[in-house]
Amino acid sequence: MEIKKTSLNKLHQDNKAKFVEFAGYEMPIQYSKGIVEEHKFTRSHSGIFDVSHMGQLFIYGDDSLTEDLEKIFPLNLKDLKVNSSKYSFLMNEDAGIYDDLIITKIDGGYLIILNAACKDNDFKIISALLNDKYKVSLDENRSLIAVQGPKSVEILDTILNGASELSFMTGNWFIYKDQKLFVTRSGYTGEDGFEVSIPNDFAEEFTKKLIENGAQLIGLGARDTLRLEAGLCLYGHELGVDKTPIEANLKWAISKERMANGGFIGSDKIMNQINEGIKQIRVGIKPEGRLIAREKTKIFNEDELVIGEVTSGTFGPSVSGPVAMGYVEKEFSKKDTKVFLEVRGKKHPANICGLPFYKKSYVKGATK
Amino acid sequence: MSEVKYSKEHEWIKIEGDVGTIGITKHATEMLGDIVFVELPDVGTSVEKDGNAGVVESTKAASDVFTPISGEVMENNQLIVDDPGKINSDPENEAWFFKLKIKDKNELDSLMNKDEYDKFAKESGS
Repeated sequence: MEIKKTSLNKLHQDNKAKFVEFAGYEMPIQYSKGIVEEHKFTRSHSGIFDVSHMGQLFIYGDDSLTEDLEKIFPLNLKDLKVNSSKYSFLMNEDAGIYDDLIITKIDGGYLIILNAACKDNDFKIISALLNDKYKVSLDENRSLIAVQGPKSVEILDTILNGASELSFMTGNWFIYKDQKLFVTRSGYTGEDGFEVSIPNDFAEEFTKKLIENGAQLIGLGARDTLRLEAGLCLYGHELGVDKTPIEANLKWAISKERMANGGFIGSDKIMNQINEGIKQIRVGIKPEGRLIAREKTKIFNEDELVIGEVTSGTFGPSVSGPVAMGYVEKEFSKKDTKVFLEVRGKKHPANICGLPFYKKSYVKGATK
Repeated sequence: MSEVKYSKEHEWIKIEGDVGTIGITKHATEMLGDIVFVELPDVGTSVEKDGNAGVVESTKAASDVFTPISGEVMENNQLIVDDPGKINSDPENEAWFFKLKIKDKNELDSLMNKDEYDKFAKESGS
């Protein structure tokens, strides 16, 4: 299968990107300055991320659409205001996670942002669950550009007047050169920022405008270190069909009303786990010293028994040390529990810790 | 008089008498990206030509470090353990990895000189 390219591919090349294949797309892992510099620039200024490989699923329909979507997602969509967004997941009957996503109620329907590697499967699952009653389209004609970091609001507002008025986890349509852009105040870095859905033909010039105003292109490498410091899950690492939202410590994302009454796919299992408890749970892990524990590193307790596994681990440039997330048996999940990580045959001390590693600075009305 | 030779695994070795100082090349650091962790062989250990002699980790991944020749480790560079970023900024000078007592000078014959290595690095690209 031929590798896919986003509308910004040429711009990445011009900016000396190093490319990797990710979910069938040729994506920039880093540019000439490198991951650490790119990471720090995002935290202090404004980073631009091409996330056009992600799925933009538009679903249009009448009032029954909200009802039908509530059978799929554990959200109170009836009371969700137009232009408001929620973090959620697509689950199977056992509450195993097919994908995590952001769903926004828009005029006449919903926009769902999906992970690149999952989007085609998600489209099939959601279409089938909705019985072809509605217009469902995975829009390949739009790019998605994230602008993240403290200076992003100022920069974006000069190009899209009024963007600064959006509050966290809300969105709106903006006009740029007669084109309709959908902008949400959200992101995946632990910083204030925006995601801009824009027609492909306008993506490059829009991105150049952001660069002219002081933002810089940032690769997927720094995106990973940023999200890990922010304690955010990555599909295929912290999340998968073998994990439930309760095990992933994402209970906060399930609407309270829905938790009480159920009626969504996976609700029985979720109720059961809430009442009966779970065996394993996602935690933050802070290795002592500088040691990096990568994905699949085994976690031991003080009696040298395996109690879990690391799902993501790297060096956090803003916390100046190693950071990791993983799953451990529930009884070892308390903050400050001493554990050991087996790296290259040796066991190294680490501590279970709270998340995030790096404190978020989302604006107005940040909720968990 | 010292002489510097290079391996296909992108290590350099500076030879002064029967002491070899070993590090990784500028080209290797460019391929690895930002180095954030390094593990060096302990002083007193014997290492075998092309065998494992430490690890470097970038933000992306861990990579093994190999020794271009056999010998006994005499000294390792704590400077880069405390500040791994030095490996990116000065890989072929200040950021050496370890020094060893060369076991068999004949092993040096299989290594490349600067011109040969530069050509090799260019062709192996990245």
